Formats: sequence, C-alpha cells, structure tokens
Amino acid sequence: MDALQPIRTWNHEALRRQARLERSMPFSRGKAVATRDMVSLLEALLEPGDRVCLEGNNQKQADFLAESLAACSPQRVHDLHLVQSVLALPAHIELFEKGIARRLDFSFAGPQAHRLARLVQSRSIEIGAIHTYLELFGRYFIDLTPQVCMVAAQAADAGGNLYLGANTEDTPVIVEATAFKSGIVIAQVNEQLERLPRVDIPASWVDFFVVAPTPNHIEPLFTRDPRHITEIQVLMAMMAIKGIYAEYGVERLNHGIGFDTAAIELLLPTYGESLGLKGKIARYWALNPHPTLIPAIEAGFVERVHSFGSEVGMEAYVAARPDVFFTGADGSLRSNRAFCQTAGLYACDLFIGSTLQIDLEGNSSTATLGRITGFGGAPNMGSDARGRRHASAAWLKAGQEKNGGQTSVRGQKLVVQTVETWREPGHPAFVERLDAWQLKQDMGMALPPIMIYGDDVSHIVTEEGIANLLLCRSPEEREQAIRGVAGYTPVGMARDRALVENLRDRGIIRRPVDMGIDVRDATRDLLAARSIKDLVRASGGLYQPPKQFRNW
Amino acid sequence: MRGLAQSYREALARLRVQALLDPGSFSEWVGPTQRVTSPHLAALEAPVSFDDGVIVGQGLLHAHPVIMIAQEGQFNGGAVGEVHGAKIRGALLRAVRDKPGAVLLCIDSGGVRLHEANAGLIAISEIMRALFAVQEAGIPVIALIGGACGAFGGMGIVARLCDVIIISEEGRIGLSGPEVIETVKGVEEFDSRDRALVWRITGGKIRRTLGEATLLVDDDIAAFRAAAGEMVGARSLFLKKRGLNPTTSSLQTLQAAQQQLGARAELDAEIRDGQVLWSRMGLGDQVSLMSPEQFNRRLEALES
Amino acid sequence: METLHLDLPAIQDASLNPRAALYGVVSSGNLEVLVERGHDATRCVFEVQTAAHGFVEVWKAVLTDFAARHPVGGLSFAIHDAGATPAVVSLRLDQAFQSLRGA
Repeated sequence: MDALQPIRTWNHEALRRQARLERSMPFSRGKAVATRDMVSLLEALLEPGDRVCLEGNNQKQADFLAESLAACSPQRVHDLHLVQSVLALPAHIELFEKGIARRLDFSFAGPQAHRLARLVQSRSIEIGAIHTYLELFGRYFIDLTPQVCMVAAQAADAGGNLYLGANTEDTPVIVEATAFKSGIVIAQVNEQLERLPRVDIPASWVDFFVVAPTPNHIEPLFTRDPRHITEIQVLMAMMAIKGIYAEYGVERLNHGIGFDTAAIELLLPTYGESLGLKGKIARYWALNPHPTLIPAIEAGFVERVHSFGSEVGMEAYVAARPDVFFTGADGSLRSNRAFCQTAGLYACDLFIGSTLQIDLEGNSSTATLGRITGFGGAPNMGSDARGRRHASAAWLKAGQEKNGGQTSVRGQKLVVQTVETWREPGHPAFVERLDAWQLKQDMGMALPPIMIYGDDVSHIVTEEGIANLLLCRSPEEREQAIRGVAGYTPVGMARDRALVENLRDRGIIRRPVDMGIDVRDATRDLLAARSIKDLVRASGGLYQPPKQFRNW
Repeated sequence: MRGLAQSYREALARLRVQALLDPGSFSEWVGPTQRVTSPHLAALEAPVSFDDGVIVGQGLLHAHPVIMIAQEGQFNGGAVGEVHGAKIRGALLRAVRDKPGAVLLCIDSGGVRLHEANAGLIAISEIMRALFAVQEAGIPVIALIGGACGAFGGMGIVARLCDVIIISEEGRIGLSGPEVIETVKGVEEFDSRDRALVWRITGGKIRRTLGEATLLVDDDIAAFRAAAGEMVGARSLFLKKRGLNPTTSSLQTLQAAQQQLGARAELDAEIRDGQVLWSRMGLGDQVSLMSPEQFNRRLEALES
Repeated sequence: METLHLDLPAIQDASLNPRAALYGVVSSGNLEVLVERGHDATRCVFEVQTAAHGFVEVWKAVLTDFAARHPVGGLSFAIHDAGATPAVVSLRLDQAFQSLRGA
C-alpha cells in the first residue's frame, strides 16, 4: 500500500448530475416543465460534448423535445454526441447543420437517409457506426451510455410516473441506461393525468416532464394496403407457404415489413388453410400488430404475438384480443423493442423479408447511392443466432440440410429473402456488386452497409422459384443457385443452364410447378382481404385505419 | 377456399362485362382484333390499347336484350379520346335503332383524355347528345359506377344524365377531381390526401344520400348485376317509386331533377362534409361502417 | 415506343381452338396480350410494342422461353406493354395460354 496516493473520489458522475439539476432549477416546478421553459432548461443542463439520446424510434418520436433542442443556442449547446435508434425528423438533421450535435451513433435513418448522406459528404457529421437496434441498446450499457435522454410517453402524473401507451418501443431501455448511470431523464407527454392506467416508468427514474403542445408524432409504418399487392407477390407468397413454412413446419417467426410479407399474412387463412396448415405453422410471432395479420388471427392461425411497437389504428383491436397480444392490466398493448428483438433473434425459427439488392454470395442490402438508410432490426431477425441452444423441428431440419444431411451440434435459423427479380424496368434486384460497396467508399465507412449477410441466408424466393442455399455444397453451386432464380436480370441470364437444371434435379432450386403450384391460381382472389375495408370488416369494426388509408 | 365477393372495383372491364351479362351472351362491336387504336396516342409515342379502353356490344341481362358500354379505368384512367368516344356514341345510336331493353353504361373515367384535348371534348358532347336520343326513344340508360376512377369530368356529367345510377360505396361521382380542386383552391378547401374526406364528399354513400345516385350496392359484380337486372325487368315500377318516369315525359324528368337541385341548394351552408349531413339526418356517426344493405334500409326508412 | 417482331419455331397443340382473345390491360407496369390464330402451325409470332426502351434482349429471352414452355405453334401474340417486369410478362402470357387451353 502506498500511503502517499491521493484520495480518489468515486462519485464524479453523481456530482455532475447534481450540478445539472441545480442549474435547471429556475426552469422547472418540481419535475414539471412548462413548454416555454424547455429550451432554457436544456441550455442550462446540457454541457458541450454530452452523449444525448433523443428518443427517435421506428414509430414514436419525441418531436417536441427534438424541436426544443434544435432551438437551443449553438453557442451554449454544441458538439453533442447523439446515440439514438432512428433519425426520422427534420429537426434531427438540423441539430447537425447548426453544430448543436457533431457525432452520431444510430440504427436507421429512413426518411432522412438522403439528407444524412449529404451531411456526411459535407463533413458536417461524424458517424460512429450504424448499428442494429439490439447492438445499439447493448452499447447503451457499455460505452455509449447517455448522459441525458429525452423520451416520449403517453401520459405522466403529477409525481412524474410515466405511462407509455401502446408504443412503448425503445423507452424502457433508454431510461434504464440513463437513470441508473447518473444521467438526466426528460420526458415529453401527451397529457397529464390524475391517475395513470398503469405505471411503465416509475417517477424516481424521471427528472423532468413536459406536456407537449401536440401529441407525439407516430408514423403508421406497418400498414400495407392490400389493394397494392400484386399477383406476383401472391405467387411468391404461395411458394413461401408451401415450399418453406409447410416444408419445415415453421411455428415461430418474424416477418419483415412490406407487401411481399403482407401477401403471406393474407394467404394464411385461404391458401394456408386449404393446405391444412392451421395449427401447424405460423403460430407464434415477433411482430408489430400488422393490420394484414387480422384475417389470420380471426381464422385461428395465430396464437400469440409479441410486438416491438404498436400500429396506429390497431389499439382497439389489440385490446379486444388479449389472448393473442401482450396487454397490461389496463388492457392496452405493452410493446418493447429490446425484448421483441431478442425474441426475434433467439426464439424464432424463421425470418422472411424483402430487400433491394442481392449479390452472388447472397449478401443483401437496402442501401442505394446517395442515401444512408441504416438497418433497424432486420439484421437481428435475419441472422443465425450462434448462441442459441434450444431445439425445434424447423431449426434442426435446417441445420441438418446445411450439414449435408448429418445431425450437427447445432441447428440453423431459416433466413429467407423474398424479392421480385426486377423491381421495375432498369432496377434488377440481383446484381454482381451491391451499391453498398460504392456507398462505403463515398461515405468513408468502415464496412459496406449490408443488411443480411449471405452466409446467414437460407433461402431466396423469387417469382421464378426458391433457391435453397443450405443445400449448396460449394461457392460455385451457391452462385448458380442464386442465378437460377434471378429471372431475366443480367445476373439471371448469365446462368449456366446445365448446372441450374442439375440443381433443380437435386431440389436445390424448385420451380412453382415442382411444388405443385399452378401459376394460374396466383390471383388476388386468394387474398383474405383485398382492401383496407376488408380488414376493417374482418376485425368486426375494431380496426380503425388512419384516414389516409380509408376510401369511405 | 374463400368467401370474398368478386370485386367490381378490382375487375378489368372485360371481366365486368362477362360477369354482368348472361353467360356467353355478349358479342362485341369494333373489338380488339380490328385494332382501331388511338392515332393521337400513337403520334405522342404513348402506349395504345387494342380497344382504346372501352368495350361496346350487345348481350342479355336476365334474358332481356341490352346494349353494354364498359370503360376500362386502368387504361389512361378511363379517359375519353376520339376513338373511345366514337365507340360509346355509336353504341348509343345503335340503341336508338335496335331498341334494346336498356343501355348499361359502366363508367370508370376521369373525363376527357388530355392527350386528345379537343377531340375528347367533342366526343363528350357527342355522347351527351346521343344519350338524349336514346332517352327520347324511351330506352333507359343505367349507369354503373364502382371502378377506381369513378365518374369525373365530362363523364361525371354524363353519369348524371342517365336515368338510373347504380353505385358502390367505392364509386365516386364528381366534376373536378379532388386533386384539381386542391391545386386550384388550396388544401384548406379540399385535402385530396384525406381519402376518407374525399369519399365522404364524392363517394357512393353521400351521392345516394343526396339522391344523385339511385341505388347503393356492395362492391360485388353479382350485386351490380342483380340491381341492374331488377331495373331492366321492372324499370317503370322502380322509376315511379323514385318519382321519375323517363318513358313518358323527359320534361317531367328534368323538372324533377331541377327540384332536387333546388332542395340541395337549400341545404345548410355549414354542411361541408357527408358526416355532418348524416349526423343531422339522425344516421349517427358510423355511416361509413354500415354495409350497403344497412345503409339502404336506414335511408329508405327516412325517405318514406 | 420500341417495337419488336419475333418469329419462333414452336410445336402446335392441335386440340387448341384459339378464339381471338385479349388479356391484361395497358396500365403502368402491366401489358395487354391479344392472341390470334397465326398463319403457320410450326411457328409462333410475337409483335411487341413497349414503352420501356433498351430491353430487346430481355424480351427475346422471355418470349423464347415462353415458346419453348408451351405448344404455341400456329398462334400469334400481339403485345402492348407499359413497362411490365419480365415476371409480369411471363405470368400474363402463361395465363393467356392456359385460358386458351381451358376455353
């Protein structure tokens, strides 16, 4: 022991927190902050270089707090490091344009993808990394812990307890990481209530709340109007159901977002039922409350659904189906992105989703030139979980196929990409080289933004058929299997016809006719709902679609 | 395998014609093999269609001879060009000569085809004139409206000249389309992206409520067929019930229409939305969720 | 507009009774196909008018595969295309042929 060593203090963070709270005292009454004082409060408590999580989710946005932060003086608040899952609002971009924020770690930038790319090119932003949701949540507890978080909740009571409503999404994980590491938690709420329906975040974790002038913005991201589902998508859905779901007995699954997967959801109670698959496939879901799942739920296909977030208009339907959805004692949906992502990664046997580009190794990407979109949760769902240790029939069968028919020490997740070979004239889905590589170069990224790695992909479904990549025994076979379902794209037309026929003989490539599917049956008449109105009818009037989706 | 009806809105015009008429009874005039396509579209390097987006011919409806005219809403929005318009006019004039039980006019159109401007406008006025000639000859014209394009522009006017309009909730009637109104008068006047509002102002239910459409049916080809068949079968009875009688006096028809318009002008100026009217009529705020059958029953009870 | 004429060898199905018929519709991403009786039982004739330029090779591949897939000798197919993907073209042609067979 060296007696001369100076006495070390262990509560720097707590002291810093105390100082922040003292500086903000003039701008709050207890925990309540008036809307007009929010900018002053933020200017008082924030310090240059702070790590800030400004809750921007897939759906729910802390929009009032985002605008308040963007209204702060860049002289007082600058060089912030934003750590948040989604960059969705114009205000998020403004923060960087004004110099209020400088560095960003995130997951997804859908609507702002274009502006974000321009910020990178003009060197107005430093991007740490583009993460998957779970990955970013993980880093909240390791090296990206927020010092201040600004979240959105449905309601607060006078003491600062929060009710998160149906769109819980990322809030619990953000608040947990911040509150327990001496951070400051600020919430915007839609209303203050005498009594909350339930307490989702206890008041002792919350420092400030403000009743926002307008309810937080929520995007109906998961509503797909069945009107726009094409016959080709119906055909591909038939193949997925008969050639994969039935073949492997897939009971636990996650669907990506899009018309391809909406078609599958709407074919379960018609085509799926006719194949006698009720009770055998698609029973347990990690999925937001997709309106297109209503007919399958009503038909008794679906037993349980856990959700990342909610979906606008589905509140009453979800509340009326508590056997299916996770609802609180108050009856409203309790979603949770971190838990549902974990479920999708470890407790599901299949992920199916669409993409914009697939290369000859099966790598897929939604990145296109001039846009930084990010990943969201797809890479978690769409990857084989090497840490998984429990067995299921589907997982074991896939593992056996990958292992040349032998039983292995592990199974394999089914990761399915479903795409039409040409998205439109001039835009083939199959390419020799992903745009992601060019984007990596243009943006100076460490890695190309690949959404699903080729070695995780088990099947590719196109209108031409299904390629089972698990059965391929060499990179050459794999390439020809991909070319063999790539249709009339340049990649597809460059196939070795003899090799592709050989793969077909071995069942590695299966055409609709090989699966007993008549393309003439692929009509929209197979859909359990052909319009939003059909969905409302199927829900017994409980589903209340947003007005942009109604034509009555 | 499924219980959904065959959607009228989704069907192509050829399928509508087949399913509306008695099986196998339809024979087409100036069909696709004759390749009478639009010279205007060709001159503009725009895609043409073998039937120029309209099917005309004769067939049977519940064994009554009828003349059928069906616009294809998916080809250029069912818009009326020179050939398209001439086919409709020709079919109407044929009705004057052949005296069928009725003319069925399946309207699915945004109006005049912009590519053919003047020719299209002339075609619309020729259609109107021919339609009067058909009515003068004592032959009822039944409009069927349930396609995605509805009946707008010149075809909105043509629709209102017909003796009977059968419409689905999805069907719409109007003059200027919602997007046009928004562009000219601003989003405060009419938010064309508020689809629910668009339908509460132009859709089948409000048109039926205002007495502009005769009958509201399900979005189901069989329902359209049943309704049209009933009218062809017992049309004078039906029309009398509605206070119209085109077979005896067209002046009387016009006066009735004038009276209807007069009544409408006296509606409260505050009523700018179908829902307000329905609430005032005591139909409640769930009109949009009522099935056509429920809606018709409630409305007829109020009307009688 | 781009036009394409293709005259391919094909087998005839004598049991087919091709009444001229029109399938599909000229709308964005879609096409119409007019099937008629041709002049030569050992050939199949295609006449394509398309709004999408620069896809002649793709059209040839799609139509050649179609003519190899079905006994279409003695038939002629006239197509008006408004930018349909090859998937839609193949599906529409298959549907048109199967309907001839079913009718």
